[in-house]
Amino acid sequence: MKRHLLSTADLSADDATLILDTAAELARIADRPIKKLPTLRGRTVVNLFYEDSTRTRISFETAAKRLSADVINFSAKGSSVSKGESLKDTALTLEAMGADAVVVRHWASGGAYRLAHAGWIRSAVVNAGDGTHEHPTQALLDAYTLRSRLGSLEGRRIGIVGDVLHSRVARSNVRLLSTLGAEVTLVAPPTLMPFAVEGWPCSSSYDLDPVLPKLDAVMMLRVQRERMDQAFFPTEREYSRRYGLHAQRMAALPEHAVVMHPGPMNRGLEISAEVADSTRSTITEQVANGVSVRMAVLYLLLGGSEPAIGTENEGGAK
Amino acid sequence: MSELASEKPSPAADAYTERQRGGGSGNWTIRGARILGGEARDLFIRDGVFVAEEVRGAQVVDADGLIALPGLVDLHTHLREPGREDAETVATGSRAAAAGGYTAVHAMANTDPVADTAGVVEQVWRLGREAGYCDVQPVGAVTVGIAGERLAELGAMADSAARVRVFSDDGHCVSDAALMRRALEYVKAFGGVVAQHAQEPRLTEGAQMNEGEVSSALGLRGWPAVAEEAVIARDVLLAAHTGSRLHVCHLSTAGSVELVRWAKSKGYPVTAEVTPHHLLLTDDLVRGYDPVYKVNPPLRTQADVEAVRAGLADGTIDVVATDHAPHPVEAKDCEWAVAAMGMLGLETALSVVQHTMVETGLLDWAGVADRMSVRAAAIGSLDGHGRPLEPGEPANLVLLDPAASRTIEPAELHSRSRNTPFAGLKLPGAVRATFLRGTATVLEGKVIDR
Ligand SMILES: [Zn+2]
Repeated sequence: MKRHLLSTADLSADDATLILDTAAELARIADRPIKKLPTLRGRTVVNLFYEDSTRTRISFETAAKRLSADVINFSAKGSSVSKGESLKDTALTLEAMGADAVVVRHWASGGAYRLAHAGWIRSAVVNAGDGTHEHPTQALLDAYTLRSRLGSLEGRRIGIVGDVLHSRVARSNVRLLSTLGAEVTLVAPPTLMPFAVEGWPCSSSYDLDPVLPKLDAVMMLRVQRERMDQAFFPTEREYSRRYGLHAQRMAALPEHAVVMHPGPMNRGLEISAEVADSTRSTITEQVANGVSVRMAVLYLLLGGSEPAIGTENEGGAK
Repeated sequence: MSELASEKPSPAADAYTERQRGGGSGNWTIRGARILGGEARDLFIRDGVFVAEEVRGAQVVDADGLIALPGLVDLHTHLREPGREDAETVATGSRAAAAGGYTAVHAMANTDPVADTAGVVEQVWRLGREAGYCDVQPVGAVTVGIAGERLAELGAMADSAARVRVFSDDGHCVSDAALMRRALEYVKAFGGVVAQHAQEPRLTEGAQMNEGEVSSALGLRGWPAVAEEAVIARDVLLAAHTGSRLHVCHLSTAGSVELVRWAKSKGYPVTAEVTPHHLLLTDDLVRGYDPVYKVNPPLRTQADVEAVRAGLADGTIDVVATDHAPHPVEAKDCEWAVAAMGMLGLETALSVVQHTMVETGLLDWAGVADRMSVRAAAIGSLDGHGRPLEPGEPANLVLLDPAASRTIEPAELHSRSRNTPFAGLKLPGAVRATFLRGTATVLEGKVIDR
């Protein structure tokens, strides 16, 4: 595996499978009375968040703590409008603090890539979402969830529906799921379909209904209400009618198919409450799997080839 | 040229007398230079002018193997002074120009304060004369504060000592069609030209790079070709309608080349420029999110690169203009989204043109002289530049070694800034000497301190 996790495009099928298998191993400790492993004792993980995302930050924080790492939460203000300390200066500070890994959420596409490659810092960098580019651990936890529900991903048909254009989750998922052998179909209104999507390793459709009956899983993307003001679609009602997943539409899915959402949801817009709360929905499962997958990523980036799970006495090391 | 030129002493003439310090006496013998890449012969200079006979006591430059071209003329240079002297000054930028083989540059108006009054353009012009490395010809803003709302005092700038003939809101597009029409009409009174930065603002809100496969993959907001082409299409029709001269700045797409080709086929008074970076680089370079590749207009695709090369070769595109845009380190040492747009160009332009146009067989050296000097001087109404290297003409010339090659090293540049996209690239050709009206600004590849 590489030194950083910046994009799922960097993961081979073997890399991805190793992460998912490691996550499965680590998930078992969640059932133990003591959920902590000593594996990353003495290592420092910094959560550097330029964008508020309590759920992602808590997930990473939990993952790092279960591996006994020291966790520093660094919430950096600053956007294209209100400039705070520069990414470079923050990076130099983290370097001086001796961070072993930096988990970075950034509003700018490429924020994590810059942090990893600009020569400011030596630590491992984990992309926790960068602009409208990628969110690799979200895709990994989605793949983990799909694997546990459907078995292998090979030949499975996955639909990703909604604002693909602005979705880092969609980009990471298309790359990862296709690497793992799944057939991905993107569904979006033409205004929210990325330019040159024909070159992506997936198919695409402007129409949801004909796609649904063939799917093993459908992933509904969050639609931001302000897109309406930018004329990406005329009204919420029309969006919901054409691209929302409601009970009637869900009935068109095959019996075994699951419904996913990376959260947070707009109930009533891209997904109806009935669907979100149904047994097909994996939404709460996704949250739990997020911790295991992030533990696996931190472990593999920082722990190297040592076994992930040792007994307390062995100190997690050979 | 307007009558004004004869009423005032030409800046060229009195600048010359001022420049008899450093860089030689003005009497030179240049031995064995290949004129426009042709036969080798000697050039003789007396008191800043080419003459037919060798001058006794003249300093001798051995130009064996070197090519002589008229001093290069840049139609599009950001010198940043006044306002951003941390990025560049007239002095440092014109030194960089001399190092690149230029004897005249057009200083863009987007300074702080904006060059939208006679006072500011005269200040820039005077700073250029004081520096003495090349003629610094200010470009005037089209609109007050380049805000795109009302016309700046174009006539006052034209009548000033700086004799402004090129007007541009560069960095911003004069997107208001009615205002653009009036600007085109108005500059006819003094033989001016409006140089348009073609960028439809609504189609490029928040745009970060060329809209294409790469922008989609990187999740960066796209800058569609149509945003450039739609404005060019409108403007060439306005040029036809008003009968006034339009110059299209830094066109970057295959569609833009087609539009200009069509306008020229109709006989419309339209000229166009392309930058060195759009002749060589593509949006594929953005994949590493390194802001040194962030520029406006953005780097496009390989198909666009081929189209602009073809357009430059067949004369659809009149000139290579650098769009030299210096930025301090911190403006590029950051996230892509907050980085400034622009690249250095003055010191690498000739090498890039040799690499992309000469070595590909698309242009010969006479063609390079035409696109980098002759036509640029004509568009800018600059007397004394872009002239043949013949007796009676001002001795503005560059000597270059086409057989040299060099690896571009940012630290070695004369510009105050370091944001070259060509860092580490091995490029052919090197400027050995530059003469401004017989005064050497560069000799043996070194800028002469003035
Ligand atoms: Zn421009």
